[in-house]
This record gives sequence, structure tokens and C-alpha cells, in this order.
Amino acid sequence: MIPLSEAVLVLVLLVNFAVLAASRLTFTIRATAIQGVLLGILPLTIGDPWSGKSLLLSGGTLALKAIVLPNVLLWAMREAAVRREVEPSLGPIASVGAGVLSVGLAQALSRNLPPLDAALPRLLVTASIATVLSGFIVLMTRRKAMTQVVGYLMLENGVYLFGLILAGRVPLLVELGVLLDLLVGVFIMGLVVFHMNRELESLDSARLSELRD
Amino acid sequence: MSLLALVLVPLAGALLAGLDPSRARRLAWLGSAATAHLLLLALAWGGALERSETLWLRFDPLGGLVLTLVSVVFLAVAASSVFYLRREVPRGGRAYEACLLGFLASASVVCLTDHFGALWVAMETTTLATAPLIYHPSDRRSIEAVWKYLLICSVGIALALLGTFLLALAQGTVPGSPDLLRSTILAAPRLDPVWFKAAFVFLFVGYGTKAGLAPMHTWLPDAHGEAPSPISALLSGALINLAFLAILRVVQVANAAGQERALAPVLIGFGLGSVLVATALLLRQRDYKRMLAYSSVEQMGVVSIGCGLGMAASYGALLHLLGSSLGKALLFLVAGNVLVAYRSKRIDDVSGLIERVPASGALLLAGFFLLAGAPPFPLFWSELAILRGAFLGGQPWVAAALVALQAVAFVGVGVRIVSMVQGAAPGGEVPRGRESLWLLLPPAGLLLVALLVGLVPAVQSVLLAAAATIGGTAP
Amino acid sequence: MTALLPLALLLLLAPLLPGVAARTVALATGRRGAPVLQLYRDLRRLWGKDLVYGAVTTGVFRVAPVVWVFGAVAAAAFVPLDGRSALARFPGDFLLFAGLLALGRFALTLAALDTGSSFEGMGASRELLIGGLAEPVLFLGFLTLSLATGGSSLSELFGTGVGDAWPRVGATLVMVALSLAMLLLAEASRGPIDDPATHLELTMIHEVMALDHSGPDLALLLYGGALRFALFGALLVQLVWPRGAMGDLAAAGRLAAGLVAVAALVGAVESSMARLRMIRIPQYLVSAGVLASLGALLLLR
Repeated sequence: MIPLSEAVLVLVLLVNFAVLAASRLTFTIRATAIQGVLLGILPLTIGDPWSGKSLLLSGGTLALKAIVLPNVLLWAMREAAVRREVEPSLGPIASVGAGVLSVGLAQALSRNLPPLDAALPRLLVTASIATVLSGFIVLMTRRKAMTQVVGYLMLENGVYLFGLILAGRVPLLVELGVLLDLLVGVFIMGLVVFHMNRELESLDSARLSELRD
Repeated sequence: MSLLALVLVPLAGALLAGLDPSRARRLAWLGSAATAHLLLLALAWGGALERSETLWLRFDPLGGLVLTLVSVVFLAVAASSVFYLRREVPRGGRAYEACLLGFLASASVVCLTDHFGALWVAMETTTLATAPLIYHPSDRRSIEAVWKYLLICSVGIALALLGTFLLALAQGTVPGSPDLLRSTILAAPRLDPVWFKAAFVFLFVGYGTKAGLAPMHTWLPDAHGEAPSPISALLSGALINLAFLAILRVVQVANAAGQERALAPVLIGFGLGSVLVATALLLRQRDYKRMLAYSSVEQMGVVSIGCGLGMAASYGALLHLLGSSLGKALLFLVAGNVLVAYRSKRIDDVSGLIERVPASGALLLAGFFLLAGAPPFPLFWSELAILRGAFLGGQPWVAAALVALQAVAFVGVGVRIVSMVQGAAPGGEVPRGRESLWLLLPPAGLLLVALLVGLVPAVQSVLLAAAATIGGTAP
Repeated sequence: MTALLPLALLLLLAPLLPGVAARTVALATGRRGAPVLQLYRDLRRLWGKDLVYGAVTTGVFRVAPVVWVFGAVAAAAFVPLDGRSALARFPGDFLLFAGLLALGRFALTLAALDTGSSFEGMGASRELLIGGLAEPVLFLGFLTLSLATGGSSLSELFGTGVGDAWPRVGATLVMVALSLAMLLLAEASRGPIDDPATHLELTMIHEVMALDHSGPDLALLLYGGALRFALFGALLVQLVWPRGAMGDLAAAGRLAAGLVAVAALVGAVESSMARLRMIRIPQYLVSAGVLASLGALLLLR
């Protein structure tokens, strides 16, 4: 019926909305894990699925985005005994509305950019920009530090999607470096969140307002 | 020996320092790696180091210039870290020296690599290496600072990654595999203008966040203000320059592809915005380290304006980068001395420096004159070059705005610094201190280097060569 | 005559579906559950009973169940049950479709208010809340389908146009199908919107409106509810499993099998989720609307 890659991209878009509408923190983290699985499958559906490079990239992404990173976040949550609610400053319906606008914007942008390779699903640019924008929305409208990390992960997922357009043309060293940086970055963020809870008995980053002009 | 040594030496030092339990030995690794790095750089300038294919390392005037600056500042920072670590007993322990050397290794990659992808990875690594350093005081304010730093810079860098991909696409829409090797792009530019414009926007905003350009600068006052003084010096004197170098690499590509007209408004616009925001907020500061941090935002803005104006102003911009970084590093190190002596970060609490800690007071004043652009310091010539570029380029209003804002900043900062240096020393708790040599040598050394930069002709020729690569001409 | 076959099939199969759903829920929760054909037996039993009317009720109360069933049956005439064309069609008939369903709901709500009971009043307001939000979402779905297939009547949207639309705009159709599935749960008053097995009046939405009806009226109410379930199920089946080149008999078999599968899926969903809090129901419906509009956005090329 529809090509597998397009179906996976549609699911990625749906996960964005799930994160935007969510009200429980663990759900958002698991949703990013699901998005990681989808992104791990995606290289195999574009181009040659059995090339060593695709398999390595797919495996690395799956291991990192679907397993390691969500577990790091869940670990930090447990250690810090974070409360479960997301505490958004923009309610779920408004967030989802913003998400729809971002998909519209992404679609408009992808129409105005010059066309891509015929082998790539047309939805790729739209999904990538929409995920980046959704990540931004989550980052900016959530008060809890942990949810901001989730927003950052979504942002990186969107950028990763865009990188898939270049699949096979960026040296493996660079792609692995990107993944490694992401891993270490989130790990350090998790540590900071943990320390944050130790210092201030809360992870509400709205309370991080002592330094200001 | 290849250029890779510039990366491997600090990396080896980081590993050794990370594994060593003794503080003294760790500092020794730090010092020796920093010195070795500087010596290797001298070899590189002489042409004795060859290119490396791993990490695509090449030595060019622009990269070499920034890396030398970073290395010099790093040496000063390493030296004053000796005193800092003797005083502060951190909760974390061993990570300080290892993170510093990790930063130096990634900085080498940033400056020397030819590949935009590797540039990105190294830039992100510098963010990650410096985050634990900012958190070193382990208190509430530094947690807030490091969180903002980590989040905002990581988001910025993610956008820069998107920009890097867009850059690859900008060549890829024309048949032939896209490349992220700068030298290849420069040799045969076939950039699709629409994709390239998009790429530039993302790269500029992304790396500009790291460089501290407004409105992405919000992390900078907090991070530079709360970090330990040697680290603040490193951040202002080295890190933001690395980020701006990344922007300049893109400018090089744009110039080769004939797209420079499109970039100038962005560079000048954000630059002026940064100077404006920084000057406005500078005047409200009551904490002297935050004041210096805003001054860093302003210096980046001026550099951006200079690069946007092109021609003679490019040379001025690079000279400004050099001089203001040295001056800022110097000022932050001296601020560290002040903090040690007075135990307060508020400007109101500090006065009578010239009586209590005269050497530091003198250095503070000297640093201020350096930043203000008094001759014979290099900033005098750089400001002139930038203004000249503005007039030659037919944009006198930019020059006027710049002069006006810098005058305001000069008065604002000057009043505060003078109030700190002069006056009567408060209370009598801290007697006329014996200032440790470790506290004084590094900033004094930086002052000396800054003086030489303006006067030594070899530096001039390097600056001219570097400016030529970004489309500048002689002043 | 064979044109009436799919409609007859639908009318006949409708009461089977709630039974299948309930059976699935029971099996999923480890019980054996009621027989699948239970609703048929219930309908026959109720039909033979006496009618009892409350003292305060008026003619509205007596007429409402008939209007309820009429709305559903008339709406069924516009659905292309055989996969190609409906019994009646004209451009824009999806509006009439939605209107007939709304008419039925309106009549039922009036009857509920007519009883003067507070529980039924509460049920009526809840039912209208859901209906009021579900209708625009339904229209969004129809509009998206219209953009995707280029048709303007239900027969084109769900019949002939769908088959070749799938390879072209598959992603959009997936979105609309998901949106329709969410609407199905809302319109058929199944979980997680409304728990059909609850016996607590305060948690009821649709069932509470049936509290005061008796005998044949109640039978009509139950049948109408099952028919709405079947209608939306049929729409979903037409969308997801286009007829293609099947023969008439095969197409009818496809309809039957698809309906049963839909009912089983509904049961599965119902058994896996608790009923949503009232405050979440508008969010649920907005999400369905978002899915449909997402489908529309993906069409912009």
C-alpha cells in the first residue's frame, strides 16, 4: 500500500504529537524511546538495507536512542525522585495545536526547497523540520528540566532525520561521532539533573531564576 | 610528525591526568601538555608538521591564528589553575585537569580540521568538556549556570548540525557526491543558493549561540560569571573564538561561491544587536564578573560586524578577536585575584585595590585600557580598521552606531573599574596581601603578549593572510 | 435487488458487533463472557415486553427511539457498503450523513431531558459535549478524504476513489483511518470514552439516556446504537480494505469480516484502557481532529 519508509515517518510524526499532548513524564521518555526505534528502522527502509553502513547506523541508533538514552533519563528520574507530572506552561490542546502548525510550516518549507533524490520518501524533509519544531515547542513550554532534555532529544531526532537524506555520503566516523556526542551530552545532562535535585529540592527550572539581570 | 600530534598530546595528557590520584602530578601533566602544545604550534608555524588524513587536519593562517590564541590563553589558565586548585577543594575531584586537556584537544581539531562534520563533533565536545568545569564550585548558582549553558549550547549546536547537513545538500543537488571537506568545496564551489542560504542561517544561529551573539547569548553571563575565574578566562578568551571560527569557515565557503552579499546583513545585523544588548545590560551590572561577561558579548558583536563589512574591516575584526580575547582572559584572571582578596563578586564591595593588592589593581587598569582601545594596545588599530572598512563600504551609519555604543560601554565599564581600583579599602579583615606569583604571572604574561601582538610584524602578516581568506584586504 | 444486499447485511449484522466486542473484552480479562449472539436474544425478549412511560413524559419521549433508528438507517443508505456506490448519492451527501446521525442524537437527548430526571439530564449534556466535538472532527476527516480522492460524495470518498488513492497518498489515508477509528469509539459509546458495562449512573454517558425507556423502545435504542457502531465500522472497513476487483459476494464477505474484525479490535482497545476522565475527552477528540488535519497537511505538495 504505502511504502514502509513513509509509514515509519508518519509514525514519527504521531509520536511528536504524543509527546506534545502527554501529561506524564515517564510517558514522554518512553515515547522518545519509541521514536528512537522508528529512527533505527528508517535507514533500513531507505536505499540498500543490507549494506554494512546501513546496518551499523541502524544498530547504533537503535542502541542509543531506543535503549541507552531513555534508560539514562529514567535512571536520573528515579535517583532524583522526580514528580511525575510534566508541568507545562502551555496546555496539551494548545501544544498539540502548535504541533499541527509546525507540521504545516514544515510542509510549506519542504515545498519551497529544491527537490531531493527520487529514492528518498517525500515526507522526509517535512518530518524532519516538524520534529525539530516540536522539540523546540517542548523545550520552551515545559518547566521541568527533565522534559527540556526530552525536547532536546526530539530536536536531535529531527536533525538526525535530516541527516538521513545524506545517508551514505557522510563519513562513518562523523556519524559515530554525532551519536557519541549525543550520548555523552545526555549523560552529562542526566548528571546535572541529579545534582540539581540535590541542590534545590526540585527540578522545576522556573525556579532556576536566581541568576538574572 | 603530523598535525595529529596537536590533538594527541593534550588527549594523552587528559588520560594521564584523569587516571592519576595525586593532585600535584595532575597539575604537572596539565602544565606540560599545555607547554608541549604551544611548542608544537611553533613547529607548525614553521611548516614542520604535515597534514593528517585522520580528522582531515590542515594548517592554514586562520586556523593557526585562532589555535595559537587558544593555546596561549590555555597556558595562562593552566598556570593560574595551580593557585585556584590549591584554594578550592572541589567535590568532584579529578575531572578538572582532564576536562581542561580534553577541551584543548577538541579545540585543536576545531581549528585545524578541514571537514565540517568533524568540526561539529569537536565543537560539541568542547561544550561537553567545559560543562563540568563550570560546575566546579558545586553550588546552587553554578548549577543554574551549567544547566543553561548545557541546554542552550546543545540546542544551538544541534541547529548547527542541521546547518551542516544543509551545507552538504547544497552541493549535492547538483550531480556528484556532496562533500563536507572545506578545501574541496573551496576549490570547486557549486552551491545551490537556496539550500546554501538555509544552511548559512542554521550554521550562523547554531554556532553563534556558542559564540555568544545576541539574542542567543543568554547563557553567557551566567556561565562566565559563575564559573571559577580561570575557567571564565578560558571561556571568554578561547571558547567563544572557536565558535566564531566555525562561522568564519562558512564565510570562506560563501566567498568562494560568490554568496558573500547575502551574508553581510546577517553578520552586521546580529553583530550590532549583540553590541547594543551587551552595552545596555552592561550598565546594569553590579557583579564585576558578569560585567566582564557582557563585555565578551560586545566583543563578539564587534568582530561579527567587522567580518560582515569585509575589506579592511576583516583585518580589523581578526585583530580585535585577538586583542580582546587576550584582554578578557587577563581581566578574568585578575578578577579571580580580586575575588580571592575580597571574597565578594559585587562591585560595591570592592574598592582600594591599588592599596591592598597593588599589582592586581594595576593589571586591572591595564586590562581595562587594553579593552578600551588605548594605544599602543592592538584594539586601537583594530577599531580604526573596522571603522575604515565601514566608511569604505559605504555604511557610515554602522560606524557611527559602533562608536556611540562603544563610548557608552567605555564610560560604564570605566566608572566601575576605577571605583574598584581607587578609593579606600573596606574593613580591615584582609591585610595587605602577599600576592602569589602564580596569581600574577599569567595575567601579566597575557598583557605582554597583547602588547606584542600589536607591534610584532610577523603577527601582522599572519593576520593579513588570515583576513585574505575571508575576503578582506589590507587596512 | 442485489444492490440491497449489502444494506441488508449491515442491518442484520449490527447487533452482532457489540457482542463480539464484549466477548473480546471478557476473553482478554480472563472470563468466558456472554455469547456473541446475546444482543439478538435481548432484542427479541425486549420486543415482546410492555411499554411503560413515565408520567411526566410527552410525545417526544415516545417518538425519539424511532427517530434514533431512522437516522441511523437513513444514513446507512448513503454509505457505499458494496465498496463502489451507495444506494443514494449526490455531491455533498456527507453533510446529510452527519446530519441524520445528529438528528438521531438530538431526538435521544430531547427524550432524556423530557424525563425530568437529573441523571438523564447529566447524560444528555455529556452526550451533546461529545457529539458537538465529534461532528467537526468527522467533517475534518471527510474534507481530508475529499482532498485526497477528489470526490465530494460518500460514495466517492469511501468507494471508488479509495483504491487508487492508497498508493498515491497512503500516509494521509492512514491518518484519516486513525481519526475515524477514534471517532468510532466516541460515536458508538464504547471505551475509553464510555464504558458500556458500567452500572454506576455517574459514570455513564450514553447508557444513562436509556434508563427510562422500556420494552420495544429500549430494543430500538439498543439496535440504533449497534447500527451506529456498524456504520462507522463500515466506513472504516471501506477505507482500509478497498473493494478493488472483487465480485459482489466477495465484497459482501469482506464487509462482514471487516466489521467483525473492527468489533474485535474495539474490544481489545476497551480491555486495555481505563475509561478516560471527562476532562480528557475533549482532548481525545481534538487529537482525532489533529490526525485528520495532519492528513490534510500531508497532502500539500
